Amino acid sequence: MKRIALLLAIVLVVAACADDSDPATVRLLTHDFFAVTDELLAQFANETGIEVEIIRGGDAGIVINQAILAGGNPVADVLFGVDTTLLSRTIAAGLFEPYRSNVGRGFVEEYGTAGGSVTPIDFGDVCLNYDTISLPNPPTSLEELTDERFRGMLVVPDPTISSPGLAFLLATIDRFGETGPYTWRDYWTNLRANDVEIVADWGTAYYSSFSATGTGSRPIVVSYASSPPAEVLFSDPPIERATTAVIEDGCFRQVEYAGVLRGSRNQDAARQLIDFMLAVPFQESVPSSMFVFPVNPAAMLPEVFIANSVVPSDPASIDPATIEQNRERWLTEWIDTVLR
Amino acid sequence: MTPRRSPALLALPAVTLGIVFFAWPMASIIATGIGADPGRIAGVLIKGSTLSTVWFTLWQAAASTVLTLLVGLPAAYAFSRFRFPGRALARVLVTIPFVLPTVVVAIAFLALIGPGGVLGVDLAGTVWAILAAHVFFNLAVVIRTVGGLWSHLDPRLEEAAASLGAKPWTVFRTITLPLLRPSITAAGAIVFLFSFTSFGIALLLGAPHLTTIEVEIYRSAALVFDLPAAAVLALVQVIGVTAGLIIYARHQERSGIGQHLLPAAATAQRPVGRQRWLVTAAVGTPLAISVVPIAVIIWRVLTAGGGIGLGSVRALGAVDPSVVDVTSAIGNSLQFAVIACTLTLLVALPAAVVIASRRSGMGRWLDTLLMLPIGSSAVTLGFGFVVALDAPVDLRAWWGLVPIAHTLVAMPFVIRGTVPVIRSIGPSLRQAASVLGAAPGRVWRTIDLPMLTPAAAGAAALAFVISLGEFGATLFVARPGGKTMTVAIFSLFRRPGPTNLSAAFALSLLLVVVTGVVVALLERMRAPGLGSF
Repeated sequence: MKRIALLLAIVLVVAACADDSDPATVRLLTHDFFAVTDELLAQFANETGIEVEIIRGGDAGIVINQAILAGGNPVADVLFGVDTTLLSRTIAAGLFEPYRSNVGRGFVEEYGTAGGSVTPIDFGDVCLNYDTISLPNPPTSLEELTDERFRGMLVVPDPTISSPGLAFLLATIDRFGETGPYTWRDYWTNLRANDVEIVADWGTAYYSSFSATGTGSRPIVVSYASSPPAEVLFSDPPIERATTAVIEDGCFRQVEYAGVLRGSRNQDAARQLIDFMLAVPFQESVPSSMFVFPVNPAAMLPEVFIANSVVPSDPASIDPATIEQNRERWLTEWIDTVLR
Repeated sequence: MTPRRSPALLALPAVTLGIVFFAWPMASIIATGIGADPGRIAGVLIKGSTLSTVWFTLWQAAASTVLTLLVGLPAAYAFSRFRFPGRALARVLVTIPFVLPTVVVAIAFLALIGPGGVLGVDLAGTVWAILAAHVFFNLAVVIRTVGGLWSHLDPRLEEAAASLGAKPWTVFRTITLPLLRPSITAAGAIVFLFSFTSFGIALLLGAPHLTTIEVEIYRSAALVFDLPAAAVLALVQVIGVTAGLIIYARHQERSGIGQHLLPAAATAQRPVGRQRWLVTAAVGTPLAISVVPIAVIIWRVLTAGGGIGLGSVRALGAVDPSVVDVTSAIGNSLQFAVIACTLTLLVALPAAVVIASRRSGMGRWLDTLLMLPIGSSAVTLGFGFVVALDAPVDLRAWWGLVPIAHTLVAMPFVIRGTVPVIRSIGPSLRQAASVLGAAPGRVWRTIDLPMLTPAAAGAAALAFVISLGEFGATLFVARPGGKTMTVAIFSLFRRPGPTNLSAAFALSLLLVVVTGVVVALLERMRAPGLGSF
């Protein structure tokens, strides 16, 4: 009995230590792809006297759903990583305390703030990439992908599981619509007839099926507008230009938001962290650490992004509320159209 | 005389851990999910896709188990009955796959039998790729569990049958198989549980229409957030696994045969004549299955960036620590592994003592129920932590959740490994000590503990590598601080850029090497008595 009492005591003491609401610490809940340098965190601590504790928990969808389950008793003060496709769900769940940062005045509205509930931090475009060596004449539009010329060339991550896959599906829904003589379902019927390959996730599509970066033979893949600069930035030996490029048609813009969690015991520190994430030093770090683009127009892009990437001029976007209302139905219809 | 029954209280830490960090969170999340919309239960259950998912999950798990046994049993025989050069190394090599992260295995398999694969056939998206990967992962379970018992079976029983005129097949069927049955069902049950709840392999190697229940739970929980559907599926999984475990426990109770066991060294011999071919084939097959995908990883590490070289190792050093901090990932993994390993020993060994002293009834049930976590949904458990562990103290983002989750996974293996050894300690020794005036505690310290130490050390090493390679549960728990190695590999693999992929492979190779070293040490201190895993 003594041993159990001891064990319980240890658990309680350790837990009590972990459960601090120290005003000098702010807890940031985020997904596993969030990245920040130690220098930036140190800078934040110097300026404000606040330490940041980062809590990670898998994919964005999992983290957000866990945050919703936690209700008004959140595990952290700030949540970062809510994207366009998940935004409405968090708003409907009342996950955030409204906060409008002065730092973002003038540029955050362009990306949406859900009535001041969340703050946009970065954006990225999900775009088709192609292999510039094996496919010198790529398709220039979504429509062309159903041509016989591009038969068996496209690989797409499963939209029911993969976030970029869902973004690509949304781009096609935005383009072809739900009604009329040729809907998005007709488009996918044609893609299927043209031998589109569906794989589970982005990594499998990009590193296995895609001919430029994988072992496979498919020269067109759903990836990001920032993928080609990553190919240059992370090559050994160094290369001048990427052997992959972006097809500018059919891109879908994903904005990533942060918000102060409702029930946070440290709201003031949480607001300061959001201000910091909007300021130029953090904004300039997001391209090379997370492959996304800053929302702050004062932030400069790294050279390699300017040379190898494009920011599509007119990406598709669908209102988050519309996505939330229709997501499940769209995915079910997609499964019926493409997999059955 | 009946063996002394150890106080049931010794099992309390293990049971407490299982209730607080498994049963309670699991029950809470399932109740929350179903409570949100009870009308959905029937709807989810009778949906055509649910039925086909359950059916697929069952039959692929059964097929994986049968295939693993088919390849593993001859190997278990060869490993336990023959001495041949390189036996220890071969045992280490076939064990490594068991602890590799699924992401890495999936990529290695795709490089072999995927599009443009080395073997020239594209099996990606077919059930064959899933089955092959399950066999690859689980061979060690069969070889070590069954081989552990086989190497101690008295060969004279078989020799007696043969001298009375029984053909080899008859000897195997009527003598060896019945004696081995407890270990075969134990190994089969574990392989079945792992394959039944397969997530990473089914997700990455399967096709969208070939999904296991666990993949469907992830699908419902991640992008769609249909919590009621996820909860119903998790409940189906728990009921299925519990039913399976009950059948298994009943079977174990009936099939246990008391027997005289010999030291492994006394039963192994050098293969002669035709036996050489037999041993080569029996060991060569699992060895090839284990080594070829590992060779693919090594090959990828060496050929990163074009020519042969150490580009990957450079890549690993060059990974921006703000993106993935490789050094801290290695540190975190080792730290969690030490904690999980210590905790596992502290809670599992007393439980093993209780189980060992009660061959039926409570001991068997305890043994069975502690296996439940390895057959349960990691995604669901992660959600369960969030809803259940907020009061009286908030443990939801406590760093200790990860090593505790690892402990829950490692416990059944440690119990399996130590119970037979504890049982093999003759009661006469203990009685002698008692007669000489030693108190029960002292008897345990001076008799049981020294005899148990080798098995406990082996069990500790196993808990250590299980923690090192654990991925599913780790990923779905809200973790403060840095990443573990397996999560870091997963993160690197999710980033574009050739050096990120190279670094992912280099880190995987490091994991292979660390695992290999620990398993080799485990081999060295293998129990002189039994030690099934």
